[in-house]
Amino acid sequence: MGNVIKVGMADLKTTDSRGVLTTLGLGSCIGISLYDPIKKIAGMAHIMLPDSKQIKNNSNKAKFADTAVDVLIAEMLAKGAQQKNFKAKLAGGAQMFSFGNGGNDIMKIGYRNAIAAEEKLKSLNIPVISKDVGGTYGRTIELYGEDGRLFIKTIGHGTQTI
Amino acid sequence: MTSMSIESLNQQHIDVLKEIGNIGAGNAATALAGMLDKKIDMDVPKVKILDIQEVAEVLGGEENIVAGIYFNVHGDIQGNIMFLLDLASSKLLTGMLMGNSSDKEELDEMDRSALQEVGNILSGSYISSLATLTNFNIQLSVPSLAVDMAGAVMSVPAIQFSHISDKVLFIETELKEGDDLVEARFFLIPDEPSFEKILNSLGVY
Repeated sequence: MGNVIKVGMADLKTTDSRGVLTTLGLGSCIGISLYDPIKKIAGMAHIMLPDSKQIKNNSNKAKFADTAVDVLIAEMLAKGAQQKNFKAKLAGGAQMFSFGNGGNDIMKIGYRNAIAAEEKLKSLNIPVISKDVGGTYGRTIELYGEDGRLFIKTIGHGTQTI
Repeated sequence: MTSMSIESLNQQHIDVLKEIGNIGAGNAATALAGMLDKKIDMDVPKVKILDIQEVAEVLGGEENIVAGIYFNVHGDIQGNIMFLLDLASSKLLTGMLMGNSSDKEELDEMDRSALQEVGNILSGSYISSLATLTNFNIQLSVPSLAVDMAGAVMSVPAIQFSHISDKVLFIETELKEGDDLVEARFFLIPDEPSFEKILNSLGVY
């Protein structure tokens, strides 16, 4: 395995073909993975909330789906990637706890994060080529700079590569 | 009065929050001791103000398996309570309660339901002592249990905090059962207006 780079909560990182970007224990947050298969540049953002415009304290751009994608793209372009090549993969957005009342916004945050990430990517014409979102369990994800594969590990729900 | 933020808490605020953790968990420890008919030790509570990134690290790393029992707190204050055990402690605790062996591979439905109930009783006694102390009307939702990676479990309160801050405030108390070392943690996670209300109700501004 190449050089492993950890992406924390509300954080984003990029790498070239020699690196592996990883986020451990993703819950209701979303891991947004972008990859340029021609230049072999990869980027990952670990977002916590859907929309920076709804929050007063929005200085950390990596925290929100909308602003994190913009910053991630800028950093990948700076590394030599081209936006027209970008492919996206999404993972996370679980509902870890449920109180059975259905209407609680906070509890549906995983779902809202997933929708926001997809909408943001769609607005930039970046195709989401695969995703593993939702469910009620956590995920550890690894994005490989060499080929853009996304490896997903869970506790009791198996592993897969998307 | 200017609004209090997590970053602006002083030592006196932190001492008061610690005392809340102490009283709340003290009651919970008594309840647990009664349930198990065993002596329960309690550590001095810690008030932790962490960067969001550090949250899972205090629990032995993001991928460490934990059992989290989560509650919504509502009424005069809003927020959440998390009762958290690592997997080994969960098995020991359910083993003691159900009278079966603790060397099982996984928690079954009965174990999960027992854990939820323990969390319910302990969090209830924690919250009722907080209500008495502050004279607030505080209610607890039904419990919800997740057994999963620490990072995933803690992402839920972290997200709630992330609306207002890049820091997370926990009042953390550990309970220990004698030789068996059942370690359990309580996290009281008030939302930002609520911890100001709690402090004010105790005469701290």
